Amino acid sequence: MTPIIIAVVTVAAIGLIAGIILTLASHFMAIKVDEKVVKVRECLPGANCGACGYAGCDEYAEKVAGGFAKTTLCVPGGQKCAADIAEALGVEAGEVKELRGMVRCCGTTGKDSMVYDYQGVKTCAACHSFYQGRRSCSYGCLGYGDCVSVCKFNAISIENGVAKIDPDLCTGCGACAKICPKHLIYMIPKKSHICVACSSHNKGAQTRKLCTSGCIGCMKCQKTCKHGAISVDQNLAVVDPSLCVNCGECVEVCPVGCIKIFA
Amino acid sequence: MKEMMIILVGSILVNNFVLSKFMGICPFLGVSKKLDSAVGMSVAVTFVMAMATAVTYPIQRGILDRFNMGYLQTIVFILVIAALVQLVEIVLKKYIPPLYRSLGIYLPLITTNCAVLGVTILNIDEEYTFLQSMVNALGAGLGFMLAMVLFCGVRSRMDESKNIPEHFRGLPITLIAASIVSVAFMGFSGVVEGLFH
Repeated sequence: MTPIIIAVVTVAAIGLIAGIILTLASHFMAIKVDEKVVKVRECLPGANCGACGYAGCDEYAEKVAGGFAKTTLCVPGGQKCAADIAEALGVEAGEVKELRGMVRCCGTTGKDSMVYDYQGVKTCAACHSFYQGRRSCSYGCLGYGDCVSVCKFNAISIENGVAKIDPDLCTGCGACAKICPKHLIYMIPKKSHICVACSSHNKGAQTRKLCTSGCIGCMKCQKTCKHGAISVDQNLAVVDPSLCVNCGECVEVCPVGCIKIFA
Repeated sequence: MKEMMIILVGSILVNNFVLSKFMGICPFLGVSKKLDSAVGMSVAVTFVMAMATAVTYPIQRGILDRFNMGYLQTIVFILVIAALVQLVEIVLKKYIPPLYRSLGIYLPLITTNCAVLGVTILNIDEEYTFLQSMVNALGAGLGFMLAMVLFCGVRSRMDESKNIPEHFRGLPITLIAASIVSVAFMGFSGVVEGLFH
């Protein structure tokens, strides 16, 4: 009988000592958590996407509550989130620039040719490191979906070899734009619908040889646009979303059909 | 010094905790998908192994051995290590927030990991001195990190491969790969004798 009692007492004693130490430690080393931080953190979506420029929602909440960051930096949360944060802190809400990602390539499978048969690791970054990728157009989407894997909102899919962003699911965090080795994804305001779906700076004749729907820099769109929103720079048309009124006239005149209306 | 080197190299390569002693298989399979989390986990394991050895060794020698209660070793060690990890977490949170953030969820995860318990008990069984125990704990942690990082590379290669038969995909092929890596580590047996004798 005695050994059992000794064993129980010993273990209980060690447990008690450990418990007391832990209690004391948690009492003396407790960190005062700012109520504001908790409140702000609750308003945030919790995706930890990094669009605000901080290393996650927790850090952003800390900075906002401390007054070091603006309340409008959370892109996925949008206007509502900014309003919630502002209410929690008792300050005036600002306006959030809501963004969306746009893939500037429409060279789906079959529109251009493959230069070589790529057998390596199936990521865009790896493929890009071999002679700028397997496609004849060195500006084109590689279609291995680095952007798909980095998107936390499942907004991107690869369709016919080119990344496609679902505008309803896209929160505009910009993670895909950062990872794309071809820099094809641009962040534009959410209300913009017209975009030149090509990034090729090749000369017109060469683009024409490489891909059936690449921008050849013919200037037709620039001449058609009444608002001066579209301009051709280095053989590539670019839409300025701040001037564009989404009228769609440029879409009709484009001979190669690379200006597209995105929903 | 030579003795310490024998213990260190021995615990990293020859008696690798994961690949030779088959301890800590759970984090080995669970956290080896990504390199950064594998490294994070390994650093946390090394840290806790060293801390646990430093605390359990005096308890074994001072209390359990003196009062002839060696049979309580397992349960007392579990209790002490669990409490210790909690304490370390509180202290880190207060004084070294960056380290706390980088160790993240791995610290509480390894509270009752068998590799941590294993190294403390083995130190006693091998009758190491305190310093030797600490070296052994450090070596065990580094060996764990080596195994994790190696296997992480193997796994990322495997995930890319399209040639795996359908029924082997996922966990089965992971276990097979783990066994092959383990077989490879058997080649290290005898290395220590060759190096230091």
